[in-house]
Amino acid sequence: MIKKLIYLIVLIAAGIIMGQLFAGFSGSDELSKTAHYYAETGPEETGAANLVTAVVVTYRGLDTLGEVTILFTVAAIIAFFMKTREQRDKPKRSVSDILTTGARILVPGTMLFGAYIFINGHLTPGGGFQGGAVIASGFALMLLAYPETNLSHKIIRWTESISGFSFVLIGVLGVFLAGGFLDNSILPLGKFGSLFSAGAIPVIYIFIGLKVGAELSNVVGHMHEKQKET
Amino acid sequence: MEIFQLEYITLVTGGLLVLIGLWGIISQKNLIRMVIGFSLFDTGLHVIMISIGYIKNGTAPILDNAVDKLKAAEQVVDPMPQALVLTAIVIGLGVTALMLAYVVRLHKAKGSLNITNFKDLKW
Repeated sequence: MIKKLIYLIVLIAAGIIMGQLFAGFSGSDELSKTAHYYAETGPEETGAANLVTAVVVTYRGLDTLGEVTILFTVAAIIAFFMKTREQRDKPKRSVSDILTTGARILVPGTMLFGAYIFINGHLTPGGGFQGGAVIASGFALMLLAYPETNLSHKIIRWTESISGFSFVLIGVLGVFLAGGFLDNSILPLGKFGSLFSAGAIPVIYIFIGLKVGAELSNVVGHMHEKQKET
Repeated sequence: MEIFQLEYITLVTGGLLVLIGLWGIISQKNLIRMVIGFSLFDTGLHVIMISIGYIKNGTAPILDNAVDKLKAAEQVVDPMPQALVLTAIVIGLGVTALMLAYVVRLHKAKGSLNITNFKDLKW
């Protein structure tokens, strides 16, 4: 009883703090200075139709590199935690026909859709992280439908390493060929709004998509193997 | 009515999500439910950040047929919070995955998901 009272007090206090913050909030009518710069010169400088992509990949590209590193660390720690001995148990319940049939139709489409999302990251709402997550969800569906399959960790590791290395390599090329680290104008900017535009942004996003997809699939695969063991 | 404008609705929704997440973190005994609480808290913060970046009558910061390339600065919403939230979602996903991995390990160690059975760090 007294515990519930404490929960209530904490919640009300947090609610009051947020209410105070919200009361002072008024929607803004125009962009802040930095955002104004991005919106004004971003399309000219980067050639990307999606301004969020321009910010993520070019202006704040270093942050994205750090983000990918964090994901890599997470995948490595989970692989360490979930280390399994080779031990096979029969699944407790056989997978239903609906799931396997559905997976057979949906998995290739999901993978293709993920690739579409990260290839078109500079034109449409999408990008490497979203596409990678979609690809990993395709792998998750496959593992649910066919619990006996094992993801090949070797292929995943190589995909991840090569795409991570290429990402950094493109960034370093920017130092030598263009204005600085991760500058996207090492490739021609092309016609604004077409698939082959925005310089190196699509290339970088393809590598990010592959890397994120590989890392998340690795996490899903390790959790799946762990579950099989017990 | 000012309170029914889009930015307030999303702001209050985000605040409510944060409160629900906080409630889940402090009141639930099941470890998985606590992880869900953290995840909800995270999502609420993302919604709040997006709504702070909203510009009245602005559209998505993607230059297509609907947005004039030269007048983009007057038509789009702030792209920066969206880029930050994109980062934050990925980091949140990593944190959630790590927490779930810890939960699996804890369950293996004690065979229980109830937080009251883990007294090693209790003071």
